[in-house]
Amino acid sequence: MRYLPHSEHERADMLAVIGAGTAEDLFARVPRHALLREPVNLPRHAPEFLVEAHMKALAGRNHAAGDGPFFIGAGAYRHHVPASVDHLIQRSEWLTAYTPYQPEVSQGTLQMLFEFQTQVAHLTGMEVANASMYDGSTATAEAVLMARRLTRRNRIILSGGLHPHYRDVVRTYLGDGPDLVCLPASPEGQGDILNRIDGETAAIVVQTPDFYGHLRNLRAAADAAHAAGALLIVVVTEVVSLGLIEAPGALGADIVVCEGQSIGNSLNFGGPYVGLMATRKEFIRQMPGRLCGETVDADGNRGFVLTLSTREQHIRREKATSNICTNSGLCALAFSIHMSLLGEAGLKKLARLNHHNAVKLAKMLGTVPGVELLNKSFFNEMTIRLPVPAAPVIELLAKADVLAGLPVSRLEPDNPACENLIVLAATELTTDDDIAMLAECLHAALSEDAQ
Amino acid sequence: MSMNNQGRPTGVGTSDFTSTSGSSLLPNEPLLFEIGDREHSGVDLPDVAIDGSFLGGFERQSEIDLAGLTEPETLRHYVRLSRLNYSIDSGMYPLGSCTMKHNPRLNEKMARLPGFADIHPLQPVSTVQGALAMMDELAHWLLTLTNTAAVCLTPKAGAHGEMAGMMAIKAAQDAAGQGHRKVVLVPESAHGTNPATAAFLGYSVKAVPARDDGTVDVEAVKAALSPDVAAIMLTNPNTCGLFEPEVIEIAAAVHAAGAFFYCDGANFNAIMGVVRPGDLGIDAMHINLHKTFSTPHGGGGPGAGPVVLSAALAPFAPVPFVKKGDGPLALAEHAEGQHLGRITAFNGQMGMYVRALTYMLSHGGDGLAQAAKDAVLNANYIKARLERVFSVPFPGQPCMHEALFDDSFLEGTGVSTLDFAKALIDEGFHPMTMYFPLVVHGAMLVEPTESESKQTLDRFCDVMLELATDARAGNAARFTSAPLNAPRRRLDETRAARSPVLKWERQEPLPAAAE
Repeated sequence: MRYLPHSEHERADMLAVIGAGTAEDLFARVPRHALLREPVNLPRHAPEFLVEAHMKALAGRNHAAGDGPFFIGAGAYRHHVPASVDHLIQRSEWLTAYTPYQPEVSQGTLQMLFEFQTQVAHLTGMEVANASMYDGSTATAEAVLMARRLTRRNRIILSGGLHPHYRDVVRTYLGDGPDLVCLPASPEGQGDILNRIDGETAAIVVQTPDFYGHLRNLRAAADAAHAAGALLIVVVTEVVSLGLIEAPGALGADIVVCEGQSIGNSLNFGGPYVGLMATRKEFIRQMPGRLCGETVDADGNRGFVLTLSTREQHIRREKATSNICTNSGLCALAFSIHMSLLGEAGLKKLARLNHHNAVKLAKMLGTVPGVELLNKSFFNEMTIRLPVPAAPVIELLAKADVLAGLPVSRLEPDNPACENLIVLAATELTTDDDIAMLAECLHAALSEDAQ
Repeated sequence: MSMNNQGRPTGVGTSDFTSTSGSSLLPNEPLLFEIGDREHSGVDLPDVAIDGSFLGGFERQSEIDLAGLTEPETLRHYVRLSRLNYSIDSGMYPLGSCTMKHNPRLNEKMARLPGFADIHPLQPVSTVQGALAMMDELAHWLLTLTNTAAVCLTPKAGAHGEMAGMMAIKAAQDAAGQGHRKVVLVPESAHGTNPATAAFLGYSVKAVPARDDGTVDVEAVKAALSPDVAAIMLTNPNTCGLFEPEVIEIAAAVHAAGAFFYCDGANFNAIMGVVRPGDLGIDAMHINLHKTFSTPHGGGGPGAGPVVLSAALAPFAPVPFVKKGDGPLALAEHAEGQHLGRITAFNGQMGMYVRALTYMLSHGGDGLAQAAKDAVLNANYIKARLERVFSVPFPGQPCMHEALFDDSFLEGTGVSTLDFAKALIDEGFHPMTMYFPLVVHGAMLVEPTESESKQTLDRFCDVMLELATDARAGNAARFTSAPLNAPRRRLDETRAARSPVLKWERQEPLPAAAE
């Protein structure tokens, strides 16, 4: 067994030092009949090359995003990750380090987290950011709980432009009831939330660009929320947009949560990703998750530690702000490295390139008979309406190796208004040929359908 | 003056000079924002012009203020920072409760196959049949190892798995008209996440005291049970490193009272392939793939915390999950019947599933059992070598995969548990877990895992014994000033908390951006 260092001889020597006859003696306090007499019914250990062959066979049965034209977004985006990012995060000292509870031997991770917090705060335009959450959806649920603690009010209103998965996660966390208002899906980008705010409202949750790609007016949302003593939580599932679109913090947001996957992290079928959370300085004691802070060591040298842990479960137990413990350290590292490589200049270029390709996509889609573009505004993602149900069209195009976007009905199965809708994204990886191929296949599929 | 040019001998040299930039191997590294600026970039991208007509007037007006580095500068910054970290690959991590075992590199290679890393969670299900098959295979291993009825793979970490399991319990009780049950029993030795999870779900937490031998008394559980109790959250093996000998009786008592048994599976590494938790009567248990199944800790995540469920709780599992029928595999994405809704977007920690399954296939069922036995052997070996000097709070019984000591051997030395642990750093080891579990004063919890060789264990024990001897010989300064050989001396945590500095602040006004 290549991962187990002991020889049988050494095991026997160690048992002798312990004073035990056999390894089984060490399990003496386990009820006899609970100890397995036979090995579990699972395959036996295998050499590396056989395991590799098995896993490769499984992987080979999937259509990778890079295998053909690809337009799916909807909260997870296919971007280029520079080779140096993946190289660096596989260094032993990053990959195999524990949570930095012992700061003297964890300054690498801690300084990186301090830099990450700075990047996230600057990107979102907020005063402080934490050291990451699991992902954007759980960060949204945690933000909602945080808003309840801050306002001592209960009502939460979710915009109809919020990612349906995010809405579903908040529903699971909070439970259904009068204090959770989920507005109906708003694929046309209709303003739906401002006149719902009342004196009981703790927070409104607005996504921009929203699930359907529309850019939302955060200033109006912030003003309306604040006028009623409520908070504005802004959700961003495509962080690259922040290179081109105004920062939520500059428009009055109180808590900003993002899915950070787009920077530094692969699609990974949905995880692991990295949630970003930023807020106002006055709110930090109600913030969940780890925070890294600057201090000095006994010699007066600058150093970093995890701080304000009196908010956390390992100190406060049932009074903690959240039960969160492990978060997304390595994904935060990948984010931070990629963001360092981009820098401000690179991020702005990347954002413009994404938008540029999305404009090309929108214009090409406009040439396909029967396709209606619903967006007046977008960053790199948009919604189209077909004259027919979208899901079969998507299936048909997948057979031609074109992954043409997400049929909204997959996430909103009970909403007839969504049945003919497709959400599509373009990124820097989208080529003119991809777009031409999509238009051609879509045209063919729709004309076939018309016949 | 010493020189080392072209074969000249190197002298020892004398100097009163103290370096301010660290040594050439461990340099002090400035912050990213002190070396990068707004013009530099490590990517080459075409600079396209856009007209803004689709931006709705929301174009960015505020400054971002991000620092950029070219690729060589980036490599150097992050390589230099990495050298300030301890890691499993550089030494033993005797962190009790954390299971810092070897992270096989085949796992990393497999997770990066494009067929796993470059697939989108919302691709047509027909294009990801291999991914669903992989999840199904992982589920099969977890169910077989635990002898349970169902597994929810999606929790993002152990605490998230606890939440999912406890939500299933709450849903089951609500469905059975038992929604009035508002109390969760939690032994005092539990992980902090247990009471935090129970409180999050609106339960009040009632502590169950431990016996003098560090385990939970079934009579104490029976005394605490009432018609108001929804569940017990019990860690087994427990956080004192002991198998709960009355766990089956406790499960029976809990079930007889109409409550559920949530088992914290953080310590599953001690028993995988040896004991199946389902045989002990558990109803739900999360499994930390980043502990037991070797996915890397990564400096604090990502983790993964699949939660296995008994037949009674299986109907309440959160979506999504893989559905098997005669045809292609399907994904249940919407909660039907009694199933709970989503606890996260998409499909959970796929990248961690790949690593964990790779690890399982490498070990096989036989190797996993051997790993558990070696983990237990290693902990008992440390205990046997140290217990004549180190005080053991619960003597006279074998431990499981971690050995618990307390600080009574340090009494009168002026050396605290913390000082002692920091002195380990100077000897090349990561400190053990300190002051946890809370039920033991000055606890030191040592978990070697199965990955450590006898040679390493011996060196660790030699160092521990030498330190104990020195502490008792009155050399307190060695401990109270430790560490001296780490990249930093002890850090002022009070200052960090009292006036928090949570990000870099620009001292000069922001210069105009040039592109």
